[in-house]
Amino acid sequence: MDDLRDKYLGLIGEAGDEAAIEALRVQAVGKKGEVALKMRELGKMTPEERQVMGPKLNALKDEINSALAAKKAALADAALNERLQAEWLDVTLPGRGRSAGTIHPISQVTEEVTAIFADMGFAVAEGPQIETDWYNFDALNIPGHHPARAEMDTFYMARAEGDERPPHVLRTHTSPVQIRSMQDQGAPIRVIAPGRVYRADYDQTHTPMFHQVEGLAIDTDISMANLKWVLEEFVKAYFGVDDVELRFRASHFPFTEPSAEVDIRCSWEGGVLKVGEGDDWLEILGSGMVHPKVLEAAGIDPTVYQGFAFGMGIDRIAMLKYGIPDLRAFFDSDLRWLRHYGFSPLQKPNLHGGL
Amino acid sequence: MKFTLSWLKEHLDTQATLDDILYALTDLGLEVEGVEDRGAKLRDFTIGKVVKAEKHPDADRLRVCQVDTDEGVKQIICGAPNAREGITVVVAKPGVYVPGIDTTIGVGKIRGIESFGMMASEREMELSDEHDGIIELPSGEVGEAFVDWLAANDPAKVDPVIEIAITPNRPDALGVAGIARDLAARGLGTIKTTDPEPVTGTFPCPISVTIEDDTLEVAPVFFGRVIKGVKNGPSPAWLQDKLRAIGLRPISFLVDVTNYFTYDRNRPLHVFDADKVAGNALRLYRAKGGETIMGLDEKEYTFEADQTIIADENGPESIAGVMGGLHSGCTDETVNVFIEAAYFDPIRTAYTGRALKINSDARYRFERGIDPAWTPIGLDAATRLIMDVAGGEASDIVVAGEIPDVSRAYKLDTDRVVSLVGMEIPAETQRASLEALGFCMDGDMAHVPSWRPDVLGEADLVEEVARIASLTKLKGIPMKRLPGVPKPVLTPMQTREIAARRTMAALGYNECVTYSFIDQKAAALFDGGDEASALENPISSEMSHMRPALLPGLLQAAARNQARGFMDLALFELGAAFHGGEPGEQHTLATGLLVGKTLSKDVHGESRGVDVYDAKADAEAVLAAMGAPAKVQILRGVSDWWHPGRSGKICLGPKKVLGVFGEIHPKVLAEMDVKGPAVGFTLWPAEIPFPRTSGTTRSALSLRDLQAVERDFAFVLDANVEALNVVNAAAGADKALIEDVRVFDEFIGGSLGEGKKSLAITVRMQPTEKTLTEKDIEAVAAKIVEKVAKATGGVLRG
Repeated sequence: MDDLRDKYLGLIGEAGDEAAIEALRVQAVGKKGEVALKMRELGKMTPEERQVMGPKLNALKDEINSALAAKKAALADAALNERLQAEWLDVTLPGRGRSAGTIHPISQVTEEVTAIFADMGFAVAEGPQIETDWYNFDALNIPGHHPARAEMDTFYMARAEGDERPPHVLRTHTSPVQIRSMQDQGAPIRVIAPGRVYRADYDQTHTPMFHQVEGLAIDTDISMANLKWVLEEFVKAYFGVDDVELRFRASHFPFTEPSAEVDIRCSWEGGVLKVGEGDDWLEILGSGMVHPKVLEAAGIDPTVYQGFAFGMGIDRIAMLKYGIPDLRAFFDSDLRWLRHYGFSPLQKPNLHGGL
Repeated sequence: MKFTLSWLKEHLDTQATLDDILYALTDLGLEVEGVEDRGAKLRDFTIGKVVKAEKHPDADRLRVCQVDTDEGVKQIICGAPNAREGITVVVAKPGVYVPGIDTTIGVGKIRGIESFGMMASEREMELSDEHDGIIELPSGEVGEAFVDWLAANDPAKVDPVIEIAITPNRPDALGVAGIARDLAARGLGTIKTTDPEPVTGTFPCPISVTIEDDTLEVAPVFFGRVIKGVKNGPSPAWLQDKLRAIGLRPISFLVDVTNYFTYDRNRPLHVFDADKVAGNALRLYRAKGGETIMGLDEKEYTFEADQTIIADENGPESIAGVMGGLHSGCTDETVNVFIEAAYFDPIRTAYTGRALKINSDARYRFERGIDPAWTPIGLDAATRLIMDVAGGEASDIVVAGEIPDVSRAYKLDTDRVVSLVGMEIPAETQRASLEALGFCMDGDMAHVPSWRPDVLGEADLVEEVARIASLTKLKGIPMKRLPGVPKPVLTPMQTREIAARRTMAALGYNECVTYSFIDQKAAALFDGGDEASALENPISSEMSHMRPALLPGLLQAAARNQARGFMDLALFELGAAFHGGEPGEQHTLATGLLVGKTLSKDVHGESRGVDVYDAKADAEAVLAAMGAPAKVQILRGVSDWWHPGRSGKICLGPKKVLGVFGEIHPKVLAEMDVKGPAVGFTLWPAEIPFPRTSGTTRSALSLRDLQAVERDFAFVLDANVEALNVVNAAAGADKALIEDVRVFDEFIGGSLGEGKKSLAITVRMQPTEKTLTEKDIEAVAAKIVEKVAKATGGVLRG
């Protein structure tokens, strides 16, 4: 029996392909194979002999079957390996093309600003970009002769002959949305109004169109100190810093009284802006307490209600936060710029994930 | 507005440092824009003493001087006539840069004798035009820095020049005295501005002044007087220094006096040469229009109707409040001067100045509002200064009109101030601040000083109090907010726009923000460019009309990128387009543009030109992201900037268009210099209906246990039959059973013959009650073939 075992284990070891394995299986453990023939002989044996030989034969059969299976697997592995070797590809070739799109910094920053102010209870208001001069100027306490009108470099819409109304303007600021929002919703109110604004100015740092976000909060007890707090919270959240110092400088806007320009403490090192530290001051917005005449124009009783408004350049704060050097490039749609300064569509700003 | 520190100190007695003053100015709303350190360029000049001066052996005019300096006695050759032994001089040693001659001094030989430096004149140090000789100082130690000596002995020459920005509401700060007043109110010192004693005339004024009745409204008062026998000429050095320091050119004393009071007290004046006033009478009246005058700037101006003219017998001599005339202006030869101190209406002055395009110091001040009460006092102040310096004899004052009454008072509600500002400012402090600014407190009523035309209500008092209290000191106070988790604030439309934007970017498009105005030609290609959407004053012809659509801006962006070598582009914009020139005649669009190949050159062979189906797929994806229903109609007949055969609109019914997609018309591409292929889509987010229910619950998901069956059919059709008709016909064969019909192959021409195509569809049948038998399937298949044949004339392909 050991002969048989050695013979077949040796043959199996030498078998070169699946066919040879199968032939050996038939020859050894097939129905008419050598092991089967031996099994048949068991019947002729004495019970004692059988008791010894039976298990031995079964063990031999199992051993040969295992050896066959192992060899078969080994051969399959070898064949697979050989095939895989032949299937070599140059994995340094580029992957299949997939174009990635981008979100413009203005859209991204508008959403960032919205997320922050939404948390403080501000809704988002919108208004027309072509405005009447009443909404753009008069309602904001800027009468026709006011020097601010001349200083604002206003774009006017052409008037057809015979149309004697004052020409409409391209809104020079988002402030007219204040008026429209107060007219629509009354007080109390908290809104921001992001959007396009226009001034006839084009040089290194000015484009005839840019973006502002207006903020407005009106209630019975809102103070300039509240304004400062809101702006401090905004700046901290927007720039992602723990602490920030804001400086309110007395200033003048026809639609607020008192008025303040707001600077943030910062440092510029190697062209990199750091907010909250350093010895420089960076002017970021104009603000103030809404002028009683503005409240009146919007149908709100200034003896009952008071509140603040501010206006800030979206493009400007985008440039500051993301280190974008040139305003004019925002509107040029240079693919290289869009890819470099744009944002992934999945990078949707929110407060829990950070801005 | 510029002034020097020493000028300020003529009005303000203060111990404050320059930094304290600068900080206070900015904090008070008088923003410091710059400080010029005029001493910086003279830092290296030192004081020396000439110990010996001898004639140069080879030159009559030169002297060889031995000069004691901080580095010992140096030999300096000097050509100045006053170079002589014993004088104290200013020395520029070798290596020192001399600004007035733009030269760095070196060691040199002059006619054979070595010279180790230079002794400087005032002009060489840009201190004045004086160049008759070198400076002789009355004092000074050898080796002392010259700037230190100047700072101690003649500070007006080197003290810092401060430039501040003046907001339109603060005309009072356009005079140095007004700036001092603000600083004093802040506690930085005390005011020492004084007004002159009136000058009594010694003879009647030979020139009379009248203001027409209809002109009194815009020129309410005019004071004047003659000073005879003055000696005009260059101003004294102190006055020249002052004017030069703030960037004004000294002209002649009489003219310089007017400039001085303009900046010192915000009091513009005008001086006429009394001998050139024809008929000895000045008359103020409203222009009829067409009158002309040669201005002091030697340009001719033509009056428009209602502008205010000051004229003599011969015609206009001055544009009231804006600019004097050249003819009657003072010159060096003037001996009899007529001084004008008047008050002109701010609004009228602003209109006149704007119309005539004259930016003068006078206009700048009158249109913001000067102090009307100081008009006669200003005349006396000028009289006194002129007589002190130039002599002469003053006439009586002639006056026309009356000083306008600007008195008014507003209630100071100190509690309201605290509530508005959010800072605890004691009532007494509030009152004291206003009084320091010149307000007269009468109980709660604050009477506004005549120099503050901007204060027009209680709110303005709040601003004054807050300004003086310092907004920099304001501490933030948390604003009340609703308890709990903040509610969402965006409207459904705002959310929809964000979804559209981010979906387009996710589909591979780069977001652009292009200008809202484009050129007329481009606008006209897209049904725009008419008069209603034109700008009156465009900044250039490239930006003359409001955009009627986003596509032209994106095509221009594509052309610019192609010019830079980027041929394959996917761009989008989401924003407003304008269908008219009235407020509200704008609508939001989402537009995508694909140009060139789907991918750049590609080893996998997948790159191909973009086609209409790319645009359609993207349009549908964006519509889906915005919540548009899945079942839509695709109709033909879109605007003519699309390829007529390769475009369609996505509709809910023929009048409800959600979007358009297609190939851009080749003519439009050519006009806009874009190399195709180019396809795109435009969607109208506002047109998509919002779901009727607002709940969050989804409809129940129905999953069938029974096996679905798919069968393929290929039909031969006329080539112009649209696939959607085949799909709809097939789906209609058994609406309950057929779950989905998909087109999976299209083959045109070839063996089918000209004008024919084959369209293959897969029909998915989902039984609900029992498994389909082959017989059931055959029955449905037959019905599908029949329906398709009936609807489209298609036959099953053999």
